Amino acid sequence: MSDAQNSPPGGREVLASDDIRRGLKRIAHEILEANKGPEGLVLLGIPTRGVPLARRLAEVIQEVEGADVPTGSLDITMYRDDLRSQPTRPVERMELPVEGIDDKVVVLVDDVLYSGRTIRAALDALTDLGRPRAVRLAVLVDRGHRDLPIRADHVGKNLPTSRTERVLVRLGDLDGVEGVWIQ
Amino acid sequence: MKHLLSIADLDREEILAILDTAISMHEVQGRDVKKLPTLRGRTIINFFFEDSTRTRASFEIAGKWMSADTINLTGKGTSVSKGESLRDTVLTIDAMGVDMMVIRHPASGAPRQIADWVDCSIVNAGDGTHEHPSQALLDAYTLRRSLGDLDGRHVAIVGDLTHSRVLRSNLLCLRKLGAEVTLVAPPTLMPAGIAGWASTDGFTVSYDLDAVLPTVDAVMMLRVQRERMSGGYFPTAKEYAVTYGLTARRLALLQDHAVIAHPGPMNRGLEISAEAADAARSLVLDQVSAGVAVRMSILYHLLAGEGSAQ
Repeated sequence: MSDAQNSPPGGREVLASDDIRRGLKRIAHEILEANKGPEGLVLLGIPTRGVPLARRLAEVIQEVEGADVPTGSLDITMYRDDLRSQPTRPVERMELPVEGIDDKVVVLVDDVLYSGRTIRAALDALTDLGRPRAVRLAVLVDRGHRDLPIRADHVGKNLPTSRTERVLVRLGDLDGVEGVWIQ
Repeated sequence: MKHLLSIADLDREEILAILDTAISMHEVQGRDVKKLPTLRGRTIINFFFEDSTRTRASFEIAGKWMSADTINLTGKGTSVSKGESLRDTVLTIDAMGVDMMVIRHPASGAPRQIADWVDCSIVNAGDGTHEHPSQALLDAYTLRRSLGDLDGRHVAIVGDLTHSRVLRSNLLCLRKLGAEVTLVAPPTLMPAGIAGWASTDGFTVSYDLDAVLPTVDAVMMLRVQRERMSGGYFPTAKEYAVTYGLTARRLALLQDHAVIAHPGPMNRGLEISAEAADAARSLVLDQVSAGVAVRMSILYHLLAGEGSAQ
């Protein structure tokens, strides 16, 4: 869950609010370019911070193309492969666009791509929810150290890290402060 | 949380965690693929020493939708009917490496006793006239969906309170969620020692259904359990229906927003009229549908996390 605070979490700041805004704008353009327009797109954020990021991407697409792209949230708690080794997690809401995801191009949106296990769980969840035409992945930060052969299609910033470091993303809508820090 | 034996063991936060998770589980019921991989590789035995339709089916569906392997056993046709003791029977099942036993037993307290004997998680799916915690949780979930926060809401529980296992669990659950509760029954069906409960649990008792109905946000009708009655608790079924049944006339006494619940099975024409059972404000089928979601949530909280039974 969020370590929500209204003050910066400390450590080295690697992305400021403006960098995040620019990164999201570029990702939105890349998504539109890859999809040749906004038709058939669905943006699904992975809670917690993927959800507002997906909404912001939709806002940029709205500004650029004047098109409303459906957004939603995809909770992957029940699909995690580490449930037995963790305390029971609260389950977040799953919110899918009313149009569903069948034959859509679903863009999964998350804040940090690390081991790839969250995305694997998200792909499993999508399989239970319908049959998208294609699934793409957009992340704000790719910090490396993958356990699974998963690669993001759209990356805000590649951030080489060591496994001992922590990457903290804070978004104004949720946390009061905005930026990305390495501790 | 390893076992679910009694609502008394849960605090308000734990109850709310189960009810909130059930909201997500309910969403799964609307999907084409009703399956979550969460409990893959876990084994659940539904061990029912008493007849049951909805509770057993509901636990079985909940387990299957969570990808657990579920097996149903009844008292009949097992070693219990050959004379083996309950302890030896459940120890045998436990030794097979199951993760959970869901127990329905006619003796009050049997699930708690079994929990002391075995290593796996135990869920009380109704023990005698004692408790039925999963039913109380699904009732609370259904009322919450319909009425919103239950804090300060007024719920009447009406009918055969003496023989009900739903009563105690519901009373505890509703009180922990902040609802006011009034118990309504003929004096012969009011549990012995109810005055002692009253001082600790903060609910009221009434023998006058007509006076209570206009004040409630929900009325929960309990089944008259004729199979448990050895003596005459009321003169005739007709008299019971007239004095304590939710008749068409009594429906009109309810406030516009008030809802009707019944844990089932219903005796139509006795404790509840067809008009009430089938009314738009009746939550009877919502309760059944919620039953699967709430039981999925219970399985999740007992089996999914760290420290759950291995």
